[in-house]
Amino acid sequence: MSGSGIEAVGVLAEPLRRKLYDYVAERGGDVGRAEAAEAVGARRNLVAFHLDKLVEAGLLDVTRGKLTGREGPGSGRPAKLYRRSHREHAVQLPPRDYGTAAALLADAVERAGADEALYASAREEGERRGAAQAAQNDGGAAGDSGSAAGGPVSAAALAHWLEHHGYEPAPVEAAPGSDAQTPARAGAHPLLRLRNCPFDAVARSHPPLACGMNLELLRGLLSGAGADSFRADMAPAPRGCCVLISAIAADSKTNLD
Amino acid sequence: MSDHRLAQLNIAALKAPLDDPALADFVALLDPINALAEASPGFVWRYVDENGADATAARPFGDDLIVNFSLWADRDSLWNFTYRSGHLDLLRRRREWFTRMAAAHQVMWWVPAGRIPTIEEAGERLALLRANGPSPEAFTFTDSYPPPSAPPTTAETGTPETATRAGAGLTPPRPASPSSS
Repeated sequence: MSGSGIEAVGVLAEPLRRKLYDYVAERGGDVGRAEAAEAVGARRNLVAFHLDKLVEAGLLDVTRGKLTGREGPGSGRPAKLYRRSHREHAVQLPPRDYGTAAALLADAVERAGADEALYASAREEGERRGAAQAAQNDGGAAGDSGSAAGGPVSAAALAHWLEHHGYEPAPVEAAPGSDAQTPARAGAHPLLRLRNCPFDAVARSHPPLACGMNLELLRGLLSGAGADSFRADMAPAPRGCCVLISAIAADSKTNLD
Repeated sequence: MSDHRLAQLNIAALKAPLDDPALADFVALLDPINALAEASPGFVWRYVDENGADATAARPFGDDLIVNFSLWADRDSLWNFTYRSGHLDLLRRRREWFTRMAAAHQVMWWVPAGRIPTIEEAGERLALLRANGPSPEAFTFTDSYPPPSAPPTTAETGTPETATRAGAGLTPPRPASPSSS
């Protein structure tokens, strides 16, 4: 287990591979060779070689498909398309097994019916993280985050913080209301979807618990950081994280609970 | 689609009567969540009591136990509705409204397509799970079983018709429910 993790991580030590992996992960879907080559500014053959190395290491999955616009007879054989693998890779030296610990603890919380105790712990941890984040910003390191010390938190700064805490925020693409999985809430407009679930294994074994914990962690992060023009709500979809971050319209702030 | 449907029963112990203010949020969610279920991919059927809208008045297993009993195309469609839709938010808040039950409170089993199981059968499946643990006749999301198919000896050549009979034969035959036609 840890052996394959070490190999996978070793494959990423090559800078171009790392760039390619990051690019494919960020795209959140299928990426062709030509697109990847253009994105990282390298020759297509070299890029193909490195993409296949990433597949061998189990970091990317490959499918055969036709890119749009090249359908029908004469469009050639289907191109190789790459997307991030769902497989988890972990390296822990010396060996550790936090996954089993998490599953057992989640089971115990469920047996004890202690969901609300877990949510409270998550909320407090989120608030601590948020406060630490805000303090760091006030310390003058705000440069790239786009928020002035003590001032309102910008959407860019928020996305940056979420990345720092292991999430992969992506702008909500569809027009408001067009996506049934993204319920519009009065006075709030959907802003960020989180592409990954940092607690994926527990979220599969104990969905309500893990997703409720994650929601409180994010709500705590927002309130601890003073990001009061944003809110976090449950809006699960078949893929990705169950939490949606919305911007609160200025005139509806007073209605918040 | 398989020639079997996934039946599920879950029961929940109310902390207070449904008209108590403590349950108001839950009661307000009943209609939207039931509508969401019906609009979800793979939804086949859900049990309703005499009032016709939901199953909150029927208390077949105890005065404070409400039931949720439905049929789905497969495990994935039930999973996506249960945990990857607006229904998850209701589950997240379950401890506000329900007391925890020590014994199993959810059970699943396969039903031949076209047959609607009865609430009595659902109760028997839950009792089976509680008595024997997960089996192909009564299981959970954690320990789920695929729909019945051809027995191993005829797997290569088995006809779907034989397979259905063989699968259904695992459980005693039951009279057709009055609500199935």
